[in-house]
Amino acid sequence: MGDDAQGFVSARRQLQRTSGGSIRLRLSARERRLLAGLAAELAERLESGVDAPDLARLFPPAHADDSRAEREYRRLVGGELLDGRREALRVLADTAGRGELTEEELDAWLRALNDLRLVLGTRLDVGEDALADGLDPEDPDAPMLALYGYLSWLQEQAVEAAAAGLGDEAA
Amino acid sequence: MGAATVAPAEVELERPGEGAGTDPDVPWVVIVWNDPVNLMSYVTLVLRRLFGYSRAKATRLMLQVHNEGRAVVSTGTREKAEHDVARLHAHGLWATMRRDS
Repeated sequence: MGDDAQGFVSARRQLQRTSGGSIRLRLSARERRLLAGLAAELAERLESGVDAPDLARLFPPAHADDSRAEREYRRLVGGELLDGRREALRVLADTAGRGELTEEELDAWLRALNDLRLVLGTRLDVGEDALADGLDPEDPDAPMLALYGYLSWLQEQAVEAAAAGLGDEAA
Repeated sequence: MGAATVAPAEVELERPGEGAGTDPDVPWVVIVWNDPVNLMSYVTLVLRRLFGYSRAKATRLMLQVHNEGRAVVSTGTREKAEHDVARLHAHGLWATMRRDS
């Protein structure tokens, strides 16, 4: 599993559960546009098929060794899983400009941020310590790795906010 | 993952015609596999929320996935396993199911 949020955690929280229990978003206008754009872009890609290698990671097999059972699984839940992903991405795109999120919106953010990271991480073929040594400016993937690190950091905060709602403050 | 998750009353939901080895008393297991993207904290959170596990149990299972490459996170009838796998897939975890042996 990844631990890519390390190194970003000293920065000020941008997504957090307040002591009153609400979920507060403090993002720059540029970040809000970036998140809305990424979510809309992935949702649009999912409209036109899920066969691209980076999108396939969003739909792993349930039955690795039984193609017949796998077809049946896809038939039963494939559409629902696709709809759920598009809906979560739509919520992220629609609420990226907000000052606060509801619990349901936070849940959608968690799943949508994770899907964005899964697709980007697959495209970049990241390892578990993708950012452990920092970014090499000579690396042509450096901008995309930086974006991956940013999404990881934001998701870590979303996880902490959600975990605080389950009744523990520390991750 | 205790016996309480196995529901013998639901065996009639097992699908017929799957050939040999369809003993309805043999439960299915749901396995989560390690992957480089899913954050450790996120996997722990998902296991807590989907299965109601304590933070300690969810953390132990997450670490088993991380260190050993996989962990059984739930067991039960085929229908329950399929439901659990679908919920894990909805959250982006790499989950598969198979008959316990």
